[in-house]
Amino acid sequence: MSDITDRIRAVIEQEPVAIFMKGTPQQIACGNSARALQALWDAGAPITAVDILPDPRIRQELQAISDWPTIPQVFIKGELIGGADITEELHASGELARKLDEALGSERQRAIATATIV
Amino acid sequence: MVTETIQRLLEEAFPGAAVDVVDRTGGGDHFHVTVVSGAFGGLSLVDQHRLVNAALATPLADGSIHELRISTRTP
Repeated sequence: MSDITDRIRAVIEQEPVAIFMKGTPQQIACGNSARALQALWDAGAPITAVDILPDPRIRQELQAISDWPTIPQVFIKGELIGGADITEELHASGELARKLDEALGSERQRAIATATIV
Repeated sequence: MVTETIQRLLEEAFPGAAVDVVDRTGGGDHFHVTVVSGAFGGLSLVDQHRLVNAALATPLADGSIHELRISTRTP
């Protein structure tokens, strides 16, 4: 297993809410990443954002782990929630906040942090 | 052209489903597909989307779909 794979797995497993996206929250490089990030923010998630663009191997290894073809990818407590469409849909129905409450408690603090893979 | 291909692939993958394909930008490569099928019963949204992505694996892989939005539900 490569270092990149190990690092991706660590982020997925250790961060309460992880989003693998194109760009950073400060400089979003894709509309779909923006949609998913906005939904997480609006739902009050403590977000850890990972930019996949610095190295093409990040996306390759991530897809191998998650078996999900597109970016962004959102994980809550290690579980793949989905991409932008599902994250938005779950937020619109209120299900995203319920999932976050269930996984992290209703005392969770909305926040945005970043993590790097390479 | 791609719109018809997507429509056909989804109808083949989900017999009896209501399939709607929208070319979001008019450019022929940004699509929003809606599939209403009993095949999704009991599946998580992630697994429902996996089935749609699998049905469209070829146009996704060859680049004829540049961006795909997916909506799925049961009848």
